[in-house]
Amino acid sequence: MIFGLPIISVAIWLPIIFGILVLATGGDKNAPLARALAMVGSVLGFLVTIPLYTGFALDTSQMQFVELHNWIPRFNIHYHLGVDGISVLFILLTAFFTPLVVLAGWQVIEKRVAQYMAAFLIMSGVMIGVFAALDAILFYVFWEAMLIPMFLIIGIWGGQNRVYAAVKFFLYTLLGSLLMLVALIYLYNQSGGSFSILDFHKVAIPMTAQILIFIAFFFAFAVKVPMFPVHTWLPDAHVEAPTGGSVVLAAIMLKVGAYGFLRFSVPIVPDASHKLAGVMIALSLIAVVYIGLVALIQSDMKKLVAYSSISHMGFVTLGIFIFNAYGMEGALLQMISHGFVSGALFLCVGVLYDRMHSRNIADYGGVANTMPVFAAFFMLFAMANSGLPGTSGFVGEFTVILGAMKANFWYAFAAATTLVFGAAYTLWMYKRVIFGAAANSHVAELTDLTLREKTIMAILAVTVLGMGLYPLPFSEVMHASVNDLLVHVAHSKLP
Amino acid sequence: MTMQNLYLLVPLAPLAGAIFVGLFGKCMHRAWSHRITIALVAVSFFASLAIFNDVQAGNVYNGSVYTWLTSGDTSFQVGFLIDKLTVTMMLVVTFVSLMVHIYTIGYMDEDPGYQRFFSYISLFTFSMLMLVMANNFMQLFFGWEAVGLVSYLLIGFWYNRETAIYANLKAFLVNRVGDFGFLLGIALVLMVFGTLQYDAVFANAASHAKDIAPIPCVSWNLITAICILLFIGAMGKSAQFPLHVWLPDSMEGPTPISALIHAATMVTAGIFMVARMSPLFELSETALSFVMVIGAITALFMGFLGIIQNDIKRVVAYSTLSQLGYMTVALGASAYSVAIFHLMTHAFFKALLFLAAGSVIIALHHDQDIRNMGGLRKYMPITWITSLIGSLALIGTPFFSGFYSKDSIIEAVALSHLPGSGFAYFAVVAGVFVTAFYSFRMYFLVFHGKERFHHPKPTHDHEGGKEDDGHAHHHGNPHETPWVVTLPLILLAIPSVLVGYIAIEPMLYGGYFGDSIFIAEHHHALHEMQQEFHGAFAMVLHSLTSLPLWLAIAGVASSAFFYLKRPDIPAAIKKRFQFIYTLLDNKYYFDRFNDWFFAGGARGTSRFLWKFGDVTLIDGLMVNGTAKLVGMFSGAIRHLQSGYIYHYAFSMIIGVFVLLTARNWFE
Repeated sequence: MIFGLPIISVAIWLPIIFGILVLATGGDKNAPLARALAMVGSVLGFLVTIPLYTGFALDTSQMQFVELHNWIPRFNIHYHLGVDGISVLFILLTAFFTPLVVLAGWQVIEKRVAQYMAAFLIMSGVMIGVFAALDAILFYVFWEAMLIPMFLIIGIWGGQNRVYAAVKFFLYTLLGSLLMLVALIYLYNQSGGSFSILDFHKVAIPMTAQILIFIAFFFAFAVKVPMFPVHTWLPDAHVEAPTGGSVVLAAIMLKVGAYGFLRFSVPIVPDASHKLAGVMIALSLIAVVYIGLVALIQSDMKKLVAYSSISHMGFVTLGIFIFNAYGMEGALLQMISHGFVSGALFLCVGVLYDRMHSRNIADYGGVANTMPVFAAFFMLFAMANSGLPGTSGFVGEFTVILGAMKANFWYAFAAATTLVFGAAYTLWMYKRVIFGAAANSHVAELTDLTLREKTIMAILAVTVLGMGLYPLPFSEVMHASVNDLLVHVAHSKLP
Repeated sequence: MTMQNLYLLVPLAPLAGAIFVGLFGKCMHRAWSHRITIALVAVSFFASLAIFNDVQAGNVYNGSVYTWLTSGDTSFQVGFLIDKLTVTMMLVVTFVSLMVHIYTIGYMDEDPGYQRFFSYISLFTFSMLMLVMANNFMQLFFGWEAVGLVSYLLIGFWYNRETAIYANLKAFLVNRVGDFGFLLGIALVLMVFGTLQYDAVFANAASHAKDIAPIPCVSWNLITAICILLFIGAMGKSAQFPLHVWLPDSMEGPTPISALIHAATMVTAGIFMVARMSPLFELSETALSFVMVIGAITALFMGFLGIIQNDIKRVVAYSTLSQLGYMTVALGASAYSVAIFHLMTHAFFKALLFLAAGSVIIALHHDQDIRNMGGLRKYMPITWITSLIGSLALIGTPFFSGFYSKDSIIEAVALSHLPGSGFAYFAVVAGVFVTAFYSFRMYFLVFHGKERFHHPKPTHDHEGGKEDDGHAHHHGNPHETPWVVTLPLILLAIPSVLVGYIAIEPMLYGGYFGDSIFIAEHHHALHEMQQEFHGAFAMVLHSLTSLPLWLAIAGVASSAFFYLKRPDIPAAIKKRFQFIYTLLDNKYYFDRFNDWFFAGGARGTSRFLWKFGDVTLIDGLMVNGTAKLVGMFSGAIRHLQSGYIYHYAFSMIIGVFVLLTARNWFE
């Protein structure tokens, strides 16, 4: 409790209220006020989530910090929030990124500042809602609400082709979520009139229905992750989105898909999950290998990082569907780490884009000559993206590969190719952008990081190294919940 | 100070130096960069000495520092295993590192990246120490990759040079191919043994000796599979055929790191790793045989390439490849202690040779082409004498350190009965002649003969032997380099001569390594050698009647004849055997093949997958196709919504009629 208020609700509504306040500052003549207010709101928003970690009980898999109130009694819908070891870190991750995104857009965004900042604050609250909701309808509302600010961010502050990208993003994800709604209503009837996700976990469901539900959920979640072959919206969305949008998209929004698999698909329809695990693993490995190769050839930096994101998310879905503790914890660790690393990489690309207004690798070369500090940070994040031990990028990949080995040698074999491909596409890009003699007069006139940019980079660098050198604090909160989930999915739910 | 704190101090002191100089080096006077890092590496060296004394007294330590991660029921630790093997490596690493730190003051004197360079080499020292001090596979992998990172950073240290940044990417990626196998090996270990701690794995290894590896579709012996996967990692890091291709290119880095990383320490990590894993490798003859054959191929065929190189650093680089092959052969013959012994002697004399080469390069204003040298002995006496000592040690001259280690390897191979040992024996013996030939070819061309540096030919050789084209003009005669350069040469020359004579008896036959190396009962090569060993002096006497010594003498004599007496002969041979020369000059076409097949193939495949898979199939056909289909469909439907009431009324009447008819029909 903070000042007598429940923590999770505060974490959700505080940024949203601040977002509305920021909106209220109105036009761009009040931009400094809007920025300041957004900063205060986002920092407070992060601070209030810290008690979720410090007060988290490690020895139980039960939901913690639970809030339960009636919302729509007619349909037995509740305002039901809570966290367990699977969701708690994502709430912190979401709140952690909001101040960084606000700071990243500080000077870069000059038009409609208030609306821009407000969109991120509101989105932050809504995404926390997605991770904390324990009522299916509440979840669904947050899930859909999350799309709107992102749609606006891409559509208004985006690049040349922003409308195509925004519509593609919206339709892709909407299609999936409608099928999910159907599944949720089926489960409502099946569970005797409850929308509680925890009740859904206990419902017995026949095999055919399980498979249909799995497919419905699959479309909702796989699009978000995104899994091959429903991934093509992501590169377009990233390329067109402003830096902040890309950061949130990669760091947080992709995680809700994987979170959905862990919260819905796997525990609600375990038999179908086991039955279709082979397909899921195959799609994950295709993501790792195929997308890893596709990333190699990209000429646009943002597209390259976007494809690299998809490839890394392949580890997450692989980890989930090999059904062992290494895999599942590795998947969660990979999600957290991917948040830091991909967020940092998009910020790095943003730093270059702000100066050169180009994302094209061929326009660069020899940036290290004029931006040595930036080059050092970029090196660190590039190495983290290649999964170098000592950075956070290693932890998840390593654990998932261990889990994959336990499932089948060849899964691990295919997954481990990322050691080569991941390094190849990341470092080849790094070489062409950063190393070499200054390629042209624009590069020769670049200025190094400003204090504001250095602050953002330093915070992320410390996080990436910290998690790489000492990941235990991240993994120990997961154990109880992951073990419970593994026990749960081992039991058949066929009637 | 307790021993545990001392153990911690060894890696953390250089790390602190690296971080401090890396962050604040630019804020201070240049000199502080080397003062701080050298002081801290010296701390690390003296702490290693203290630990050496403690370990000599019989204290072995195996404990963890902190829990890195827990997952499932496994806990991953960061911890140290301090035994004879570790402490030997610690001494070699910290000593060579200290020498290289001092040397760098002279070599990088005018370089704008001075601070960065010191930060990197201290970071390297930290990483390498973490690698050798690990007591589990996870930390081993951490050190393994961290040294790879620093190697990458240092090869590309002069990042404005296209060749350097090509070489460092290549080095990293080729190493990653090895690490791919290495990581799978580690994962297999965890899966079978349920832990990554060395002691637990080694203790249980024997009970799994007969198991089949849990790999679907193949039936390999478990331990063989693990060992070969781990050894693939070693092939990358220790540059064994066919993953050797990165090492010659790594010479693009500044010379001090060629000495430290690409000769004395990092590239020997693979050798160390296999020796550390001896309880596993001893259980698989197949794996040992594989190791031996790979080592033999590397030892002989990389030696050949050294003969035709004209870049002073590349000659030494190919010699390093070949010597690494010798160590690998020794591992395959179960003579782990001999491999580590050669690793140690090689670290001293090869670091010496590289640093001496660097001294020559400084004196000639960064010209590296040995065709532009000659007669330097008059001008650079210290460099000359130390180079001679290094070369004599390398070719295995009696009483020099290299003699003891190399002769022991040859003997061990002769006593091995594994499949492939016949070929390996031939390779290592023939290699002696090749080594002597290319070493003294370089030595004569650089220090004897005509002085060719006054009229440098413009070299447009593709080997590109220049570190800095701006300084190609030579002003006056070359002169000896400053004391910060020559002091490390002298300090390295001493062990290059003495360490073999002193250490052979305790290290190979005195049970120095104790329990840290395990040899199976039926692998008795080393045991038989012990029977025949009657002291270091007697070994020299014995060598007088054996083939290798005479081959070495023949090598030196023939190179003296070719390059001092009759310099026209090599040119004639080159012309006569153009085919072989072209083959060697192209390094057996490995680079071309890799560029074409792997790099080009990967790019081609990527382009195809992207253009066909993502752009055409998914986006073109499925996503935009669906959108088009919906568009066409709604375009057609749109015509129905004409907006005229009578159209709708008419449709309704027809509809009602159809429905009624249908109803009557079915009833």
